[in-house]
Amino acid sequence: MNVTLGEVINIAIALFVLFNLVTLVAITLVWLERKLLGRLQGRPGPTRVGPFGLLQPIADALKLLAKEDISPGSSQKVLFFVAPLLVFVPSFVIWLTFPVAENLVVRNLGLGLFFFVAFSVLSIVGLVLAGWSSNSKYAILGGFRAAAQLVSYEIPIIMSILVVAMLAGTLDFVEVVEAQEAVPYIAMVPLAFVIFLIAGLAEVGRTPFDIYFAESEVVGGPFVEYSGAHWAIFFLAEYVNTFVVGLLGALLFLGGWMWPFGPDLPTPAAAGLVLVKAYFLTVIIFWVRATYPRMRIDQLMSFGWKWLIPLSFAVFVAAACQLFYKWNPWTLTIISFVIMAVPVVIQIRRQRNPALALAARYAANAIVVQARPKPAVAAAMESESATTDAAPEGAGA
Amino acid sequence: MTTEQQFETVDMMLNMGPQHPATHGVFRMVLTLDGERVVDVRPHIGYLHRGSERLCETESYGQVITLFDRLDYVANINNELAFVRSAERLMDIEVPERAMYIRVILAELNRIASHLLFIGTYAIDLGAMTPIMYCFRERERIQNLFEHVTGARMMHNYLRIGGVKEDVPSDFVARVRHLLSEVREGVEESDKLLTFNEVFLSRTQGVGVIDAATAISCGLTGPSLRGSGVPYDVRKDDPYEIYPYLTFKIPTGENGDCWDRYYLRVLECYESLSMIEQCLDQLEDGLIMAAGRRIARPPAGEVYVHSENPRGDIGVFLVSDGSDKPYRVKVRPPSFCNLVALRPMMKGAYVADAVAILGSLDIVLGEVDR
Repeated sequence: MNVTLGEVINIAIALFVLFNLVTLVAITLVWLERKLLGRLQGRPGPTRVGPFGLLQPIADALKLLAKEDISPGSSQKVLFFVAPLLVFVPSFVIWLTFPVAENLVVRNLGLGLFFFVAFSVLSIVGLVLAGWSSNSKYAILGGFRAAAQLVSYEIPIIMSILVVAMLAGTLDFVEVVEAQEAVPYIAMVPLAFVIFLIAGLAEVGRTPFDIYFAESEVVGGPFVEYSGAHWAIFFLAEYVNTFVVGLLGALLFLGGWMWPFGPDLPTPAAAGLVLVKAYFLTVIIFWVRATYPRMRIDQLMSFGWKWLIPLSFAVFVAAACQLFYKWNPWTLTIISFVIMAVPVVIQIRRQRNPALALAARYAANAIVVQARPKPAVAAAMESESATTDAAPEGAGA
Repeated sequence: MTTEQQFETVDMMLNMGPQHPATHGVFRMVLTLDGERVVDVRPHIGYLHRGSERLCETESYGQVITLFDRLDYVANINNELAFVRSAERLMDIEVPERAMYIRVILAELNRIASHLLFIGTYAIDLGAMTPIMYCFRERERIQNLFEHVTGARMMHNYLRIGGVKEDVPSDFVARVRHLLSEVREGVEESDKLLTFNEVFLSRTQGVGVIDAATAISCGLTGPSLRGSGVPYDVRKDDPYEIYPYLTFKIPTGENGDCWDRYYLRVLECYESLSMIEQCLDQLEDGLIMAAGRRIARPPAGEVYVHSENPRGDIGVFLVSDGSDKPYRVKVRPPSFCNLVALRPMMKGAYVADAVAILGSLDIVLGEVDR
């Protein structure tokens, strides 16, 4: 391999810029989430550090870095300290191939989608290792949960990415975006987008799928024994991954830097458009967090294997048929909505109405305790009735 | 569930608590787990034992009220009421009507505050982080009112043997009426957000089921018992204070699962709101303290008085030897007795359910350990 010094320096600079960009993104996300959750919950969110609390994540990061780095005496030291890196490095490496605009990308790979899938799976190893090496029961429970959850939800996310790849006829990110010039794929295969978003939530462990580090059950799961900078790395990776889901959704389903009004945008504006779309999806993820409770691990697994995976295969087959038989592309949209209606209807019929009926019954069947008149009032009423009884007699006389 | 075991597995002991975010204080339970399934649970208590019952024997009757504040520290007025009533029964004191109305208004407000805390923390236990903010906002309003009336947000020391410490401020009725409308909105808000949430239903319905017979034999009381379909409420079955003069409903569940126990508390919030409204309508001017000596010296004897706390049936057994200090005070704390039902509820549940079940019993450790 002939690599000149200049190329190496170029790549190094690109990586340095990318690393800082990724960190910046994570910091803005932390602020955005805290502020948004605050507003949704009727409180102001961070306000003290910097204007609108903008510097709050930096203050948090400094605090974490200043903390003592504790590891349990019985932990496997090497694995314990390697695990955070195994989680963080893949979530950083996949950024190499994400185009933020047509020509704003570190390395546009022909197999970009494949590269993403291959590397994003790696972080599971880090989580399981973190759980195992901590030598703590909560951590090991969390590690097991992470392994089960992430491996299961990898399948629907890959299937929905595959649908997009099939429709675009390429695994190249830039070409996938350019194939959406006329119609973004969210309009063509809304079902694939919904599956992608739900499985993406599970993949990055956001509510309602934050099962493997569930604070109130396994107290942080694989992260329970981590502190200081190592915990900060997990934290950073979580937010970076969350944004990756948003960015991927923007590129694969929302048309990336394409927009419906006229010609292509200049590069800075195009990058801005991609970021706006990505942040929009991320905000949806935060919004879900403010709304939903956490699922249970068995419910999560049955939801994944009984609903998401069959549905993702269904949309995959539908897309294949559309390509093979050269149907009108809009048939896919119709098929998507029809398939989506099935679980929605079943779910509504199965759960919501009985609960509402039950609630109405509880309210209606409640035992009513009637008020007795007070002794004084009762006495007054008696004497009152005595006088009214006496009155006609008097009138008659 | 019984699949053939291909390889030998070992049960895991998991120590949950006393330092655990979901045990509501310093409760500790040792779970025996088969994977994610709970095989057995052993509760351990005593981490918050302060010897309150013994302390009561060293304090005068007026001072004991402050100790009762600290039993169930989220329903202080209800506790004070339980003790004050036991002493009044022993001394045969006729409490003025206005004082009783004030006590009931505050006790019901405190019941709402306590239930709001339950709803919020239960949501947190199940991973929903927003309802607690709504609930705490409303609870804060109630506590502001308490501060206005009693001078303290939590440890009120407001009730007295024979009445209350002092009359309520002149704007009390108007303020409470305003508060009621605000709290009603707040309860509705968190109710809408959480109660019929798909995930919440699937996490709570059919979880921690306990039938009426087991519930009674375990000594469950309060909303936890009513969830199993037993309409037992001290306010109805052994009325005290001015509860006979109020019209109210006792919501009762059917399935005895976590959702029933949760939802009954939501319904009770609405009931308490309507009870307070009736009290405000009936509130009249009058004395707030029974005539008599300032220092209580009940005649020698013993008495058992019980009343309905937010968590269930609190009983106070008071023995007096005629001095100015109780000879013995025994509390029947609802949280402690409700904990007996933990084991039958938890067997076969998941780890995540263990949190949901413990949360649905709504224990307060100050009362469990005393």
